[in-house]
Amino acid sequence: MTDDSRRAQTDAFPRIGRVGLDGMLVSFGDTLSEPANRAALAFRAALDHASPAGVEESATSLVSTFLRFDALRIDFDALRAEIGVLLNSRDWYAADLPGGRTLWRIPTVYGTDLAPQLAEAAEAAGLSAQAAADRIAATRVRVQTIGFAPGQPYLGELPKEWDIPRQTDLTDRVPIGALTVAIRQLVLFSVSTPTGWRHIGQTAFRPFRPESDAPFVLRPGDEVLFEAVDRETHERLRGAGPDGGAVSEAIR
Amino acid sequence: MSRRLIIQTAGPGMSVQDMGRPGYLAYGLSRGGAADRQAMAEGAALLHQDQGLAALEMAGMGGSFEVSHDTRIALTGAPMRASIDGAAVAWNASHMLAAGSRLGIGGATRGVYGYLHLGGGIDTTDRLGARSAHLAAGIGGLVAAGTDLPLGEDGDEDGAGGATGLTLPEDTRFDGGELRVVPGFQTGFFAEDEIIRFEATLFTRAARGNRMGVRLDPDGAGFASDAGLSVLSEIIVPGDIQITGDGTPFVLLAECQTTGGYPRIGSVLPCDLPRVAQAAPGARLRFRLVTPEEGTAIERAAAALRKGLRRAVRPLLRDPHDIRDLLSYQLIGGVTAGHDEGS
Repeated sequence: MTDDSRRAQTDAFPRIGRVGLDGMLVSFGDTLSEPANRAALAFRAALDHASPAGVEESATSLVSTFLRFDALRIDFDALRAEIGVLLNSRDWYAADLPGGRTLWRIPTVYGTDLAPQLAEAAEAAGLSAQAAADRIAATRVRVQTIGFAPGQPYLGELPKEWDIPRQTDLTDRVPIGALTVAIRQLVLFSVSTPTGWRHIGQTAFRPFRPESDAPFVLRPGDEVLFEAVDRETHERLRGAGPDGGAVSEAIR
Repeated sequence: MSRRLIIQTAGPGMSVQDMGRPGYLAYGLSRGGAADRQAMAEGAALLHQDQGLAALEMAGMGGSFEVSHDTRIALTGAPMRASIDGAAVAWNASHMLAAGSRLGIGGATRGVYGYLHLGGGIDTTDRLGARSAHLAAGIGGLVAAGTDLPLGEDGDEDGAGGATGLTLPEDTRFDGGELRVVPGFQTGFFAEDEIIRFEATLFTRAARGNRMGVRLDPDGAGFASDAGLSVLSEIIVPGDIQITGDGTPFVLLAECQTTGGYPRIGSVLPCDLPRVAQAAPGARLRFRLVTPEEGTAIERAAAALRKGLRRAVRPLLRDPHDIRDLLSYQLIGGVTAGHDEGS
């Protein structure tokens, strides 16, 4: 974190704002940082535990906790005062991550024709393709948020060399399970869609399973290792179900 | 045998919808549900049943249908030309559809989304607490010709079940108009004179639009924010007005994404969202900012009106002109049938 972002956090954040008529946003920063992301996750857990009257749903974005309330029953200012008490009860930037999180190891093919932009992304990061794949495979990343598409995780934070921009032109379509990179983050695609993120790896993991009783697999705060496998292993795992060979364990 | 709705032909944008599945924002799934929730309330009032029962949403174009058993139906939302066995029937009204009769629903004459409600509702499998298709997420899908849908038991909720031939006054939400907007946490990204210009501008609903949202083209220049392109992605909710890269507003609807990085100038009130969804390409719209307190009062009044819809239901009066039409339809129909048999 730079001195500037630290100052911004202490001066202006956390900040409570409004989203539409029935949404409240508690923001812990206006740029992505590990402490702000951790604060948002920890505050949401505390909020869910406190379960204030009239709050119907909560969620987190990269650096904020969101809550939806019954605007016809609960006055925004009264709720803000109640949330403010919880917010001021401690330093959320120093809070531990909530409990009940999971570590996932997801087999990933780096590069090849399955993930054709590894070399291009590595070059933007100033690395060889092999070094780039090795470093990403060795980095344990956190699910910073789930969003844009159902079950789709944004993961980070990657080392500084991965502060590479998104492409200006969109890739026509990446498949489900595509591992993509930009701006020190990874996105593991839950839908097949056009994207500006560079496609560096391919997994056989389906983050969203609409036909299942448990359609959402990853949760904000979970951690992931994208472990390298060869193409033959990947093809075999693809036939082994929606986990694609991924294994999980509780984070103690 | 269980009651079924048989879909003989289907327009391109037909799906099962209810009030959606709130509660999954944390997992990246927006609420979804009917694009026009007011139409759901109207259908429920006409059939004296719960507004959470699923109905058939028809984007722009209906289809032709039969039922396996005599079934009460109601038609709401964007007015479409409807007939039963060739005889025109009123929109925004309830009717009895006899088993084997053919219900024809044509294109929308105003608005976008028409709804076919059925006594007992559509009883497809509940997924994550709702029956509605979420097309963007791949939950459920479009309803195709040649399929049929199970119907629920048509209960007699309050002793008035079974009644048909009822109508509600037609609403004005199909022709564009004014959208009331509350400010949000990013409204401050826009300078005061940009917001004044935003309120003074007339917009045209662009051709681009679907259940995720609609683009509104301004008369004149687009709108600039002071935020630049560096805004961090934040939670998005239906109603949010994103100002996209070229300065054009995009109003998000039921099936929107759950996070987004474009700055938002404000949010359309929930009770005005049906007006957004029902604005056909070319419809003219404008925005008016209200305070959150005013917005809450407006929303409360709209909720009271929705609650009072059952009391607003009136018997459908037959215009003598319509009856003449009806007779001529039957006459022509009979002649045609005889001709067919003889050929």
